[in-house]
Formats: sequence, structure tokens, C-alpha cells
Amino acid sequence: MHDLSHAFSLALQLAASGDPGLWQIVGLSLQVTLSAVAISTLLGLPVGALLALGRFPGRNALIVIFNAAMGLPPVVVGLVVYLLLSRSGPLGEFGILFTPKAMVIAQSILVFPIVTALSRQVIEDLWAEYSEQLRSLGSNAAKSIGTLLWDGRFSLVTVVLAGFGRAAAEVGAIIIVGGNIDGFTRTMTTAIALETSKGDLALALGLGFVLLMIVVLVNGAAWIARRAGERLAGA
Amino acid sequence: MRLLRLALAFTAILAVTVPASAQDKSIIVASTTSTENSGLFKYLLPIFKEKTGIDVKVVALGTGQALDVGRRGDADVVFVHAKPLEEKFVADGEGVARYEVMYNDFVVIGPKSDPAKIAGSKDVLEAFKKIAAAKASFISRGDKSGTHVAELKYWKEADIDPETGKGSWYKEIGQGMGAALNTASSSNSYVLSDRGTWISFKNRGDLKIVVEGDKRLFNQYGVMLVNPVKHPNVKKELGQTFIDWLVSPEGQKAIANYKIDGEQLFFPNATGKPST
Amino acid sequence: MMRAPTTSLPLVLDRVGFSAGGVEILHDLSLRIEPGAPTIILGPNGAGKSVLLRLCHGLLSPSGGSISAGNVAVSTERTALVFQRPVMLRRSVLANVAYGIVGKHARGRASALLERVGLSHLARRPARKLSGGEQQRVALARAWGRNPEILFLDEPTASLDPAATRAVEDIVGEIAAQGVKIVMATHDLGQARRLAGDVAFLHKGRLLEHTPAATFFDAPRTPQAAAFLRGELLT
Repeated sequence: MHDLSHAFSLALQLAASGDPGLWQIVGLSLQVTLSAVAISTLLGLPVGALLALGRFPGRNALIVIFNAAMGLPPVVVGLVVYLLLSRSGPLGEFGILFTPKAMVIAQSILVFPIVTALSRQVIEDLWAEYSEQLRSLGSNAAKSIGTLLWDGRFSLVTVVLAGFGRAAAEVGAIIIVGGNIDGFTRTMTTAIALETSKGDLALALGLGFVLLMIVVLVNGAAWIARRAGERLAGA
Repeated sequence: MRLLRLALAFTAILAVTVPASAQDKSIIVASTTSTENSGLFKYLLPIFKEKTGIDVKVVALGTGQALDVGRRGDADVVFVHAKPLEEKFVADGEGVARYEVMYNDFVVIGPKSDPAKIAGSKDVLEAFKKIAAAKASFISRGDKSGTHVAELKYWKEADIDPETGKGSWYKEIGQGMGAALNTASSSNSYVLSDRGTWISFKNRGDLKIVVEGDKRLFNQYGVMLVNPVKHPNVKKELGQTFIDWLVSPEGQKAIANYKIDGEQLFFPNATGKPST
Repeated sequence: MMRAPTTSLPLVLDRVGFSAGGVEILHDLSLRIEPGAPTIILGPNGAGKSVLLRLCHGLLSPSGGSISAGNVAVSTERTALVFQRPVMLRRSVLANVAYGIVGKHARGRASALLERVGLSHLARRPARKLSGGEQQRVALARAWGRNPEILFLDEPTASLDPAATRAVEDIVGEIAAQGVKIVMATHDLGQARRLAGDVAFLHKGRLLEHTPAATFFDAPRTPQAAAFLRGELLT
């Protein structure tokens, strides 16, 4: 208990101190996580929609695969991406290992199935309600997908937030492909892992509280945006 | 709407792409977690950067993994403390040459109550024998790190098989030095530690140094350039510049100047020439 | 040399059958719908009225027999369907009416249609927040905006109170007055009497009678129709 309260006050001190090292780490965490979420959403929403509406051989197998891939172990993904990006690996010539780009790639692999599988379910449920009406109004496949994505936007924002949560919390993949390099690929979660391994548990917990505060802030911002959107949801 | 999403994603990708410029002056050094945790790099690297403008990016791993990174060509320089493994690295053609840089030492940490009665001893093998005889609680890192390898070597040289104590007094935790010290502190156990981690360790509880000064506790650091013939991507000039600086009088002085709470952690002993 | 203008009427069903999930819903149904006064499809629950409308609108394909629509194909482009429970998209009333209206001045036309159904004051309101009766009027305006030759209605007032029912019937009357052919399914006898030009009576998936309104209500030819008019035919 003493550890927790000490860590909490440490977190507040850290946040208030304006320590540039801390904000560099926070900035990198957000950069990597938001990039991964953006890429995963851009790819995941259309693929989820196609899976929801399409009827083709192998569709059911694909749905099962995506659902299962939501549980991909981060450290395994990290290891595989590491082997791919290593100089001795097939993609070594790009020199991406131990850079933030590698971290974005690894996290995108983790988040993409989450966005795809969950949005598929949301869109499929909505399609069950909408399909007759949309077809009656002359809506073709492309227009229907757009309509479903827009009408399902509140549920889909939650899906994206689930992806964000996964990325923000992740450490196993990015510590392997990023290398936890001080000032370059060190994020909140990898810094916490480092301080834990050094035995500085109070600092690790303190950083953990800072990370939690940031994640809550992001979710709060999304909530405010949603309320504003709802109020404007005339147009 | 769709256009907005596209634009956002594009900027996001761009934002991550831009900082990773390929032309910057930087090298990747694979080193160990205990070296990183001692804070040495945080002290040394800005000095080096000031002098040469070279950014040193340290990937801190276990010794075995650091050497593996070198073997894969994912680092330009390897800087560890496991002499036999380093010599093999060079012999296998993975590294160009091995330079000795500095040493620190291991210390045996134990509870003030000292059940094995070894405090003040200058003989690590005797101390280990007494710990086994007393079946006193001992924490091992159990993670094939440099420290773990050294610990196993002492048991062997003391003619003791610690496996016999597994499950009772000998506890392998499979974690880093900080975690091992934490566990020792909360269970009043003996543990082998590098001096650097011990000096900066804050959670000492009832622990203190019980054995030190034995020449066998000497922990030699070596640095090697990864073989650029095998891995053409290795930045050999920049990497060699770093190595040359580490063994130069200036670099050696910087190493000696690194202190925590007034205590020097690393003792420079470079000869400036390759060791083998 | 003038080409005959394209038209969807007469709508001719020739020995149409429809099965789903192993159950035969319509049997051997032959029906001819002519331009002119509204055609009311009458029948008890489970008679197949909904399926019949969807077949005529082009949402379903017959399992047997054929349907021809004047000298064009059966399609959702030239006809419109108002469902018993309309699907309101998660946007404003105006946006709902405009959905499905093709062309540059969609919103202008939507505004005009809203005016005609008496809902201009709700143009900016989220459509899902409207009452059942109001939503049905929005659905009517939306269907009207498709410029259909035939307007199908599937028991549009079944869940509405008398005032809302009256409002819907008035709008249907206005649409009919513009020359749109009305084909409406209902099990409300009063409504049928008010609106019918001719009545097609369905029972257990078969067409039993198709006669002018006066004939049907005063002198039904089949015992089932007679029983239905007495309120004795349940299914």
C-alpha cells in the first residue's frame, strides 16, 4: 500500500516537473501507438466491412482466423518481426530494426486483427438491420459500406479505442523490435520494464500511473468528441 | 469523411517516417542490461557525442542476446563482459578484434545476520562452500547473463553442484540484477551482484557486502567491431571511432570519472591494442 | 418514329412460387397489376403478403414462375417500398429523405418533400428520435423522393395510432394523385375499404381472388374471403 501511494505521488511529481526526458518518452509512445492505430483502422475498417458483407468461399475460415488473431501474443509477434527485419533476415536491407518504424509495424500487426474482427461484428449486425432498406433505396455495395461505417460510427469508435488500448499497453513486441534505446526507442511501457528490472519499483509504478493518466485522457477526449458529434448528428 | 481519414493516416505514417533519417551519424552498440542499468552510458555517451558528433544507440540485452545481435549484423559494435564468449566471437570471424576496456567487480551480498559466517572474507570459493554447507538462502539470476555465468563458474570451482539445493536454499529467479537484489532483500538471502548495480540499488533492506576483493571476482569488459566483411551495412569507421575513443586516455579518464554517491564503478584498463 | 415510353406497368406475375428454408411461402401465384387506382393486397397473417411485395419490388427473386414489369426489368430503381417498420439512418430527418435521391439538388427536393408530409419543422432532428408515426412519414417522403412508378407499402400503419394512420393515408392519397400506382398490403379492413381500387386476396400463399373493391367487399367469391371479411379467418 505504501508502495502504491509513494508511486502515485511520484507520478504526480513526474508529470508536474516537466522533465524533458519523460515528455520525450510520452511523445514517442503516443507517436508509435497512434500511428499503429491509424494504419490498423485504415486497413481494418474496410476489411471488416468486406468480411461482413461479402459472401465468398473461405469467408468463415477468415472470420475465425481474425477472431483468433485478436489474441496474438505480442512477444511472439515481436520475435517474428525481429527476425524479418534483422540484417540477416529477408527485409534487413531496409535497416528498420531498432527504430520507431519497426515498433509501428509490430504494433500494427497486433492491432489490425482487433479492429477487423470487432468492426466485422458491428457492421454485420448493422447490415442485418439495414440491408433490405438500403437495397430498396438503390444503394450499391460501395455506398452501403460507407453508410454502415458512418451509421455504426459510435460502436466503431469504441472498436478503435480497444485497438488503442492494446497498443498503448503493449511492451513485449516493441521492446524486441525497438531495442529500448535511450532517447530513441524508449516508450512508457519499455521504460517501465527497464525500471522494474533495475529494481526501482517506485519509479516503474510512477511511470505506470502517468501512462494510465494519458490513456484515460485519450479516452476522455474521444468521449467528448462523441458527445459533440451526437449533438451535431443532425447533419 | 473518407478523405479526412486518409489524410490523417498519411500524416501519421509520415510523422513516424521523418525522424528515422538514414543519413544521420549514428551507430548501434549491443551491450548488457547491467552496464545500461549502471548508468554508465548515460554519462559517457554525451561526452562522446560532443567530441565526435556521433549518436550512440545502445541496445541493452543479456550477454548471449547481445552477441547474437552482433552475429546477425544488427549492431555495429558489441560491448559485453564475457571474455571466453567474446574471444569465440572474434575467432568465429564475427568480430574484427577484441579490445579490453575496463573492469568492475562482482561482490557477494548477504544479510547482516550472515548465517554462513562469511562476512569480511576475501575468498569467494570458500564463501560459496560455506553457503552451501549452511544451506543458507541464495538467489541466482538463472538467466545466462554474464553475472549468472560467473556465479556458476564459482560453484564449479568450489566443487559444489547448486542443483542439489534447488527447491530449498538455492533459488533461480530467471530475472535481472535489480530483481535478484529485490528478492534477496525481501528474503534475507545471499546473492552475487556486480558492484555497479549494488551501488545504485535503493532497496537494500538488511543486505550488505560480505565478500569482495578476490581477484576471481574481477569482471572484464571487452569491445569489438562487428565484422564489416560479413555484414557490409556495419558502419566501420564510426564504430571504430567509438572503440578508439573508449580505449584512448580521454575515454578511459571519462570511465574512471563516472561515480555514484562518490563511488567509482568501473576501472579502466585498456592497453589500446587488441587483446588477442 | 416514336418509341414506346418505358413503363413498369402492368406488373404481371405468372405462376410465381417462392420458397425459403425449405418452406413454400407462395404457390403458383398469377396476378396482373394494372395502372390506375390503388391495389390492396389483403389477407390474414402468414398469407405471404410481405414476400409478394418484396418479389414485385425486386428485393427477392422467385423460386418458380416469372415476373414482368411492363417493358422493363423488375428493379428497385423504378419502384419503392415502405416497410412496416422503417429503418431510420443515424442522421437527420432531412438527410434520411435525401438518401436515395440521385442528383445535385437532392437536399432541395428532400426539403420540398418534407414540406409535403408536414415535417419541415423536424428537418434537423435526429431521425431515430421521432415517433413511429413521424418516422413512417419520413419513410414515405424518402420513398416518394425515389420518383417511383409503383409505390409498394407493407402494412405501413399496423403499429400506428388512428391519428398517425390517418396522416399516412392522406400522404398515400397525395402520392396516388400524382399518378404513382399504389400497391399496399394490409390486414386492416377499414383501411382497405377506404383506399382500394381493386383487392387481391391472399391466403396460405395462394391468390384466391382479385376483383374490383366493390365486388370484393359486397360479394366475395370464395368462402375464405367471406370468412376473412366477417373477421373469422385467423391464418
